[in-house]
Amino acid sequence: MNKSLYQALPWLVIVGMFVLWELIVYVFSIPSFFLPPPSAVFVTLWTQLGPITEHALITLYETLGGFVLATVIGTALGVALGASPLVHHSTYPMLIGFNTVPKSALVPIIVMWFGIGVVPAIITSFMISFFPIVVNVATGIATVEPELRDVLRSLGASKRVILWKVSIPRSLPYLFAALKVAITFAFVGAIVSEIIAANSGIGHLTAVASAQLEPELAFAGLLVISAMGVAMFVVMERVERKTTRRSVHGVGVVTG
Amino acid sequence: MKPFVELDQVSLRYGGEADGLLALDRVDLTIGKGDFVSIVGPSGCGKSTLLKAVTGLWPITGGEVQVAGSRVRGPLKFVGMAFQNSTLLPWRNTLRNVLLPLEIVEPHRSRFRSHRREYEEIALDLLNTVGLHGFATKDIWELSGGMQQRVQLCRALIHEPSLLILDEPFGALDAFTREELWDVLQELCLARKPTVVLVTHDLREAAYLADRVLVMSARPGRFILEHKVAADRPRSLELTYDHDFVDMVRDLREHISSVRTAAPDMEGTNR
Repeated sequence: MNKSLYQALPWLVIVGMFVLWELIVYVFSIPSFFLPPPSAVFVTLWTQLGPITEHALITLYETLGGFVLATVIGTALGVALGASPLVHHSTYPMLIGFNTVPKSALVPIIVMWFGIGVVPAIITSFMISFFPIVVNVATGIATVEPELRDVLRSLGASKRVILWKVSIPRSLPYLFAALKVAITFAFVGAIVSEIIAANSGIGHLTAVASAQLEPELAFAGLLVISAMGVAMFVVMERVERKTTRRSVHGVGVVTG
Repeated sequence: MKPFVELDQVSLRYGGEADGLLALDRVDLTIGKGDFVSIVGPSGCGKSTLLKAVTGLWPITGGEVQVAGSRVRGPLKFVGMAFQNSTLLPWRNTLRNVLLPLEIVEPHRSRFRSHRREYEEIALDLLNTVGLHGFATKDIWELSGGMQQRVQLCRALIHEPSLLILDEPFGALDAFTREELWDVLQELCLARKPTVVLVTHDLREAAYLADRVLVMSARPGRFILEHKVAADRPRSLELTYDHDFVDMVRDLREHISSVRTAAPDMEGTNR
């Protein structure tokens, strides 16, 4: 296949999807309050660009806030769990139990504590995204090859030296693979929280638009959400590729 | 002269006293300073366990191990080791992999930052002697399996250890590369004279490289046979076609297969 065609293929599929959508609306004369045609959605996107951008930036802020918290706390917990079998043994069941609680169910409680606004979204975003980071970092730390451990121990390396020289660098690819998953999780967390209880953010905008029967705006919001999600994923993937270029290839990620 | 490594009635039982797996049963072994000893035996007989006992990486449950005149109570702190699997660090280039022990072993550790250039020169020289001139800045995955094992040998020897432990270091290589590396190892050992314990399944390798070849019984491991290899060094691969050499290898082989049939199906129980 032609190389430039090959590269254009994903874009063609996306454009094709919009064309198909437009056609379906047109052919079956679907009323626009039920499913607006993409052309109308794009027009709304353009005319409402100011408020949409404002809401999107708030969501971005919440997502990054939760993501940074998750990265810092998740990495620290992951290192502790991976480095100490005792910590792993004693806290892992609790973490799993915590992770199985649907985070959307916690949003009302968080709102009760912190009120409506940015804070619940950041907390939800943090809670939903830190677990994959913990699990992956812990895996990277704990799975140092026994032979390599022997080499280092018989050179007189302490546990701390092994952790710094081997376990932590070795867990970096695991961390970045997890961050890629975590950023989309964090984004979903922020949106969910906005939909349930917020007065700003792209999730709030979308929820209000559909409640007020403004489907064009609701769909415009959805488009922005998915575009932002893809963009964040791509950024993290770039970061991952840059940082783990010379490290272990092909690390599987646990999404929790 | 007192032997460099001395095992006196050493037993090692994994996983507790009574019901654990007895891997070594009252093993005696003495190795003089600078000697090269090969250990062969059926799979799962406790060869690798013996290495763990010698280096103090696994606590013994009976007897006594002495290395360099003092009793081994925990992991030794100066040993060079190489294994069958590449244990190189993929995020470091070749040179920095070789330098790793110098960042850990004293007295190099405290001098490492201030004398880095000097240590790099030593590492580069060592890489040159194993035929890796110009590979210092290469990443590990750019090297073939044989080259990676050369790097592993360099890493095991960079800090000039008095004890070198090799656990099947050439096991994963093709026959030609393996024989090439025998000579690389021989050359390094002749120049540096470490005390070497080599565990291998390759009986020709064991005999070609060693001063003494010891045969272990099936688990629990004990030594059942010893061959001295008298040939002068440096040896050449011609030696392996020599009549006496071939006879010795055959004798080793027969002993191992007899202990194998006495206790079959040792595979898969290795630990």
